[in-house]
Amino acid sequence: MTSAPPRGGGLHRFANPGRFLRTTGKVMPWLWGATVLVLGIGLAWGLAFSPPDWQQGETVRIMYVHVPMAWLAMGGYTGLVIASLMSLIWRHPLADLAAREMSPVGAAATALCLATGSLWGKPMWGTWWVWDARLTSVLILFFLWLGHAALVRAFDDPERGARAGAILALVGAVNVPIIKFSVDWWNTLHQPASVTRLAAPGLHVDILYPLLTCALGFTLLFTALILARTRSAVMERRIRGLELASARRHEAARA
Amino acid sequence: MTRKRRRLMIVGLCALGIGSATALTLTAFQDNLVFFKSPSDIVRETPPGGRAFRLGGLVETGSVTRALGTDGRPAATFRVTDGANTIPVTYTGVLPDLFREGQGVVTLGRLSPDGTFRASEVLARHDEAYMPPEVADALRRSGHWNPTQGPAPAASTWNTRSGS
Repeated sequence: MTSAPPRGGGLHRFANPGRFLRTTGKVMPWLWGATVLVLGIGLAWGLAFSPPDWQQGETVRIMYVHVPMAWLAMGGYTGLVIASLMSLIWRHPLADLAAREMSPVGAAATALCLATGSLWGKPMWGTWWVWDARLTSVLILFFLWLGHAALVRAFDDPERGARAGAILALVGAVNVPIIKFSVDWWNTLHQPASVTRLAAPGLHVDILYPLLTCALGFTLLFTALILARTRSAVMERRIRGLELASARRHEAARA
Repeated sequence: MTRKRRRLMIVGLCALGIGSATALTLTAFQDNLVFFKSPSDIVRETPPGGRAFRLGGLVETGSVTRALGTDGRPAATFRVTDGANTIPVTYTGVLPDLFREGQGVVTLGRLSPDGTFRASEVLARHDEAYMPPEVADALRRSGHWNPTQGPAPAASTWNTRSGS
């Protein structure tokens, strides 16, 4: 299974599952270490050692989870779109597995984004939920993640499931710019972007730096989770291949 | 290679089609996608009487009067402005904590014939500026910003400023 040398260069260098397992196996301990370190610093800094907001008070600390989750929900979906493109066009064998393992984690991030946003909205806006363009488009993103997770697992033939999921992910890609620009295109209750805008960030550095640290920490966690899940999926597939081979040998011996 | 190129072309064409379809749909439903109307929208095109809609803008400075309603519930009147036009609003009920003069609000209600907006719900809308209390105080003391007059000045003037 792993003995065949990878043909061609570029991305297919990583298509070899054996090489993928070896490379990521070396990276994983460092990745987990960096995750614990950065996320620990970021959360402590944000939740305990950063100043409150002048009008929102301590409630502003919800931001240190809410904003990274929102970025991961959208950034992770962009990753899913790239994996789906690689799977549909270049038939990259690891892209299918990565996409399949990505959607439950992405759904969890989006759910956390919605939940923390709701908890933040009640004391600040005065409501748990409104159907404005930003909130509604993020809810659609959550359903896209769930739909992808369900669809790729709904077929007996994993390859057909992967293809259906990839098509769904690509169709849903249209939602990502809608989420990003919803606050600029339409009147929404949700405020416009504070960090990712052309003008200077609308956050004081004492709030901005812990937020960026938390965002980096959660991104490392997201990456580590997906790599770990993809690794176990590769190993699972390998075990299934070995089991099939041994069953075939038994069959041949009996005949 | 040709098969990969063909798949790339098909995906590209589908993306173009879905993208344009979405753009057209969103443009067509533009009016329904806005969460609230601004006072200028309402002056330009008065919504049919008796129909509930959302009005949003800033609470005009010096316009808030609070009283106790006849049924003992707190009542408030204020004016919502977008700079060009203002609309008077009456509301009975508890206002959100962030409600203050100069703050963004979104109110749900109906326009009565005398031109006042009778709100049944008031939501606070905060802007995209976050700063520690000391920095806000320093800006206020130095006269760079009066929060009751509207949003904070350009972020580059304060986002690295220390509180003292």
